[in-house]
Amino acid sequence: MERCVELTLVVAASTSIILVGLIFLFLFREAAPFVQHPGLSSLMGDRWIPVSFQKEQFGIYPLVAGSILVTAIATVVAVPFGVIGAVYLSEVARPAETETLKPFIELLAGIPSVVIGFFGLVVLAPLVKAAFGLETGLNAFTGGLLLGLMAIPTIMSVSEDALRSVPASYKQASLALGGNQIQTIWRITVPAALPGIVAAVMLGMGRVIGETMAVMMVTGNAAQTTFKPFESVRTMTATIAAEMGEVPFGSDHYRALFWVGIILLVATLLLNIVAQRVLKRYSVRQ
Amino acid sequence: MRKVTIRTLTAISIGLFGMVVTCSLAACSGKKGNEVTVVTVKGSDTMVHLVSMWAEAFMKSHPDVEVSTTGGGSGTGIAALINGTTDICASSRDIKDTERAQAEQKGITPVETMVARDGIAIVVNPRNPVQELSLDQLRKIYTGVYTRWSQVGGPNEPITVLSRESSSGTYVFFQEHVLNKEDFAQTVRLMPATSAIIQSVVFDRWSIGYVGIGYAHEAGPQVKILGVKATEAGAAVMPTEAAVHSGEYSIARPLFFYTNGAPTGAAKQFVDFCLGPAGQKIVRETGYVPVQ
Repeated sequence: MERCVELTLVVAASTSIILVGLIFLFLFREAAPFVQHPGLSSLMGDRWIPVSFQKEQFGIYPLVAGSILVTAIATVVAVPFGVIGAVYLSEVARPAETETLKPFIELLAGIPSVVIGFFGLVVLAPLVKAAFGLETGLNAFTGGLLLGLMAIPTIMSVSEDALRSVPASYKQASLALGGNQIQTIWRITVPAALPGIVAAVMLGMGRVIGETMAVMMVTGNAAQTTFKPFESVRTMTATIAAEMGEVPFGSDHYRALFWVGIILLVATLLLNIVAQRVLKRYSVRQ
Repeated sequence: MRKVTIRTLTAISIGLFGMVVTCSLAACSGKKGNEVTVVTVKGSDTMVHLVSMWAEAFMKSHPDVEVSTTGGGSGTGIAALINGTTDICASSRDIKDTERAQAEQKGITPVETMVARDGIAIVVNPRNPVQELSLDQLRKIYTGVYTRWSQVGGPNEPITVLSRESSSGTYVFFQEHVLNKEDFAQTVRLMPATSAIIQSVVFDRWSIGYVGIGYAHEAGPQVKILGVKATEAGAAVMPTEAAVHSGEYSIARPLFFYTNGAPTGAAKQFVDFCLGPAGQKIVRETGYVPVQ
């Protein structure tokens, strides 16, 4: 009887590990034949032209560049807001303020991404266009701005946890030595919580790189290899979402999309693993 | 306490079980009573609106038939026909030879019925002074040869080129008939939906896009529809119903239903309804051009 219960618990606990394993297995099974036929080298190119009467090309450079560019912009936008917001919430705000602000931040995290995308298309893109005098607002910058907005809650709440777990004795020591509140925050609390904040930023980036709907609606989705923020880019996620629906089952295009999926999964896994490592080192030091 | 809980649970499960049994019994007797036949139509996103309007009208006059409509794109529809998971496939393009071969391998004979025509309108912002373009100019704009409006008789401003995603039947049609099967330029922005193209054309003064004429007319004065010249020397033709029908307007296409063999039974009734006067009236109302 006891063994039975134990077994059930073990199965329940390892479900997510099994699932990740199965997903990897499935992705590789679908993607594998691509290695033999067009060959992996055909992924190494800067032209993604999957539907063509001439020659189909599956170069993933533009997609990887698009994802990197949008993620970088989003990080630059989200980090100041997320970290400064977390500092305010944990160190400065009165309990009443924290209690009003937190639900709104959590609400921001809960808005469906398609709604945010629609907001981006109708409101943000024309604003970006007007502010920078561009011919269109459909570019990597608008996408990054929008995704930054979506990453703020993640960065803010994980950073806040990190800041709150800095031992009170550190701050007391600083104050006792005559440091004022600002000095204590920036020279003691934030540096002590830095590994946690770094992990928060990485988790935020993981969220951004995997985001699909919002980015698909505002980046213009032109598959060009560029690192200029005001050019249109096509991210890996948008490519999978836009093309998987109608791709002929088992074709080269279908398999190429699975490779894009594998690259995406590996990237997010790496970000998460590194974030976990950083967090772990931090908690050991405490 | 625990006993009570168990009792409640038992009561609830008995209740649920009872409901399930009643429901399935009701469903069975319903079937015996008046034989509801289901016809599934799957395919082109362009045609989803039209097909669901047809289905609604058809089901009013034929309460014994249920028509269920789903989109996904022409390719998805054809794949479903090949796999035998849909009765009718709605497609905004011809079936490809490879697809026909695949179907025949599985013992399915796709039969084509033209049910309506669609014209593709070229739209720009109303403040753009350009009034017309030739097919050759359009091809050069979409393949990236021309990048400024001054190259086609407009002011010296960059062209923001908008297209549908590659999964769209309209994309493939445009590539085949306007780009002469050349590839789209890499700078072309691929929009996830027709509404997103309209939205951008409304906001961005120097953008150009292509959409079904139904959508273009619906957008009204917010966008400007360009005349299209088949040849450099020819006259510009606006995508009116008459011009699409007579073939004078060059970017027009037929819309098809594909069935496995000639349609039979309820599917035949539905196809006949679509081709009949009531069905073709709906075609006109939804912004497409009737077959006759």
